[in-house]
Amino acid sequence: MNIMIVGVGGQGTLLASRILGKVAIKEGYDVKVSEVHGMSQRGGSVVTYVKYGEKVYSPIIDKGEADLILAFEMLEAMRALPYLKKGGKMIANTQQMNPMPVITGAMTYPENIADKISQKADLKAVDALALAEKAGTIKAVNVVLIGLLAKSMEVDKQVWIDVIKETVPEKFLEMNLKAFELGYEL
Amino acid sequence: MKKLMLGNEAVARGAYEAGVRVVSSYPGTPSTEITENIVKYDDIYVEWAPNEKVAAEVAIGASIAGARSMSCMKHVGLNVMADPVFTVSYTGVNGGLVLCVADDQGMHSSQNEQDSRHYAKASKILMIEPSDSGECKDFTKKAYELSEKYDTPVFLRLSTRVSHSQSLVEEEEPAEAVLKDYDKNPQKYVMMPGNAIKRHVVVEDRITALKEFAETSDLNTVEENGSKIGVIAAGIAYMYAKEALSDKVDYLKLGIVYPLPEKKIQEFAKKYDKVYVIEELDPVIEEFCKSVGVNVIGKDVFTLQGEYTTSMIKKAVLGEAAPEFDEINEPIPVRPPVMCAGCPHRGTFYVLKKLGLVVSGDIGCYTLGAAAPLQSVDTTICMGASVSAAHGMAKARGSEFNKKLVSVIGDSTFMHSGITGLVDIVYNKGNNTVIILDNSITGMTGHQDNPTTGYTIRKEETKQVNLITLCKSIGIEHVVVADPFDVKNFEKVVKEEVEREAPSVIIAQRPCALLPNMRKTYTGHCKITKDCKKCKMCMKLGCPAISLDGDTVKIDTTQCNGCGLCVGVCPFGAIKKED
Repeated sequence: MNIMIVGVGGQGTLLASRILGKVAIKEGYDVKVSEVHGMSQRGGSVVTYVKYGEKVYSPIIDKGEADLILAFEMLEAMRALPYLKKGGKMIANTQQMNPMPVITGAMTYPENIADKISQKADLKAVDALALAEKAGTIKAVNVVLIGLLAKSMEVDKQVWIDVIKETVPEKFLEMNLKAFELGYEL
Repeated sequence: MKKLMLGNEAVARGAYEAGVRVVSSYPGTPSTEITENIVKYDDIYVEWAPNEKVAAEVAIGASIAGARSMSCMKHVGLNVMADPVFTVSYTGVNGGLVLCVADDQGMHSSQNEQDSRHYAKASKILMIEPSDSGECKDFTKKAYELSEKYDTPVFLRLSTRVSHSQSLVEEEEPAEAVLKDYDKNPQKYVMMPGNAIKRHVVVEDRITALKEFAETSDLNTVEENGSKIGVIAAGIAYMYAKEALSDKVDYLKLGIVYPLPEKKIQEFAKKYDKVYVIEELDPVIEEFCKSVGVNVIGKDVFTLQGEYTTSMIKKAVLGEAAPEFDEINEPIPVRPPVMCAGCPHRGTFYVLKKLGLVVSGDIGCYTLGAAAPLQSVDTTICMGASVSAAHGMAKARGSEFNKKLVSVIGDSTFMHSGITGLVDIVYNKGNNTVIILDNSITGMTGHQDNPTTGYTIRKEETKQVNLITLCKSIGIEHVVVADPFDVKNFEKVVKEEVEREAPSVIIAQRPCALLPNMRKTYTGHCKITKDCKKCKMCMKLGCPAISLDGDTVKIDTTQCNGCGLCVGVCPFGAIKKED
């Protein structure tokens, strides 16, 4: 299973990939999670890969290889589309964040991205930001999306909850568990 | 039970299990988390050194004193470390010594893409290369064994995808952290010509012995699948190859990348119709193969640049087409990294851009001052070059040019290798203005302490290098501290100092916005009020939270942290802070 998580540096994609990785281990798979650190993290496009199966060699996913893409931002969803396998599924947060070329006016933010992706792939787009706010913090966008992803995977719900408990700091746990439920209930 | 670990975390675990006692490093992506993870082990002495050369020397000293020791760096850090490295090859070790060097194929966070394997050959030091986290731990332990057995330092070569990928690691019990006896042995450790001449003989004998070892070591493995195609690979490139080609080819996986096993390669190669060498960056293995009469295919079909992909390998070796995919055929704006909302450097570069100065830049988050719309930085070469290169520019073009020239260098980078450049300016009668961007932390690599922060890597309080007294003590008479968010005053200070017929330092002091106390200091959000005249002055800040919606300026509250820089920049007082 090849899962790609894309977003903007600072959105919490790393935590999401770590939760996924831990869930896959609990299910007894070989797992590789590839992260991005350093300069790329500073508000730029961020891509992490989670791969699991009987045996995983490369930690990287190539174009046309992702079974599932979890996108934290619409422009990043659009950029990641070529990585989706034919017949793969994409889950995207409808949030839009302007990159610097748009801010400076050098380019425009593409319109109706969700419609364009839907014409090519199986897309589920949700306002995860609003749900995170409902859970108590906009920082929980990642866990809302994990909740949504969990619903579409054949893993016992309790496994996800256990992993979130292991991964998220105690003081943010309650909000994150709420965020997970909000995503899961969608 | 097996645990999921980053490659870097697994190297740290390996060091712990091997009984390492001393670790000294300077942070650098993708190597930083090795040293950060050492902190978990209370009994290991660990420190951030001011630079890689110092770090290596600390580790070398610890080794001579009898402790297993380690120093970790990114590929360009190895350039800084190179001086002691070439000579510790001669002295050898007492306690095992491992130097971890992480290359950055694809330059995710680096200024060049150099291949550190050349250093192993040049310095005649054994280099081994793991390909996943499990091997990171095992190879680290093996490195200490080999270091002591062959009396040699050992390079552990990593890469971004090995260092920053998580895979499964089996934890084992740590060995006892032995402190070997210290013996005065000047013939071995005092490298003056008379001794060094004799030690060079030892080095050559050692490499001969290590070549023999490489022929039979289980670090180099053959996997037979009955194919007519053979593949030679090491490290992450082996994993790419294995994913792409599975059991359609046979493999010689090299765990030892220097010295390479001549006979093993010759015997492997003769069994196949075609042999491919799959290695990112330079054709190090390929050229060795060709030099020992083995005809391999390498850079004829693979690039010298960037990271490899499974599709690329499948196509080159098997002629298989890449998987099909969909895309949307319209321009997608790129999203380059940017300074965070609230970044103290934004105020500095806003002023430098406004004054139209030539900016000699350096390595850190503030390298992003080269990107639109701030576009202030003219040059970035390496750690510390902002100071010395500006001195060269001023000497080349004269005093009028110097009045339009500043250097910008972070606090940690200044400690790393900016001080000597500043000494050069004072000594050789330069009149440069150097701006030290003091954000109270090493930012880019993820908040490491440094000699100016007052804390050690274990967050113990320690003496803090005072930048003002340091600069004054080397002869800079004009040192000004200014807040880059007070843009009017900062502009005035910069104008005064560049005009001055004397060297000067401006300490641009404001902590990184991501530091915990700044997260508490900055509250609420900024808001554009109805007084906005659409002059777009605030847009010149390049803040990720401020953008245009049609011709209306708006502030994205999910990104704004209420730092208030834009409030001070707006000429009409049209931006207000709200709680």
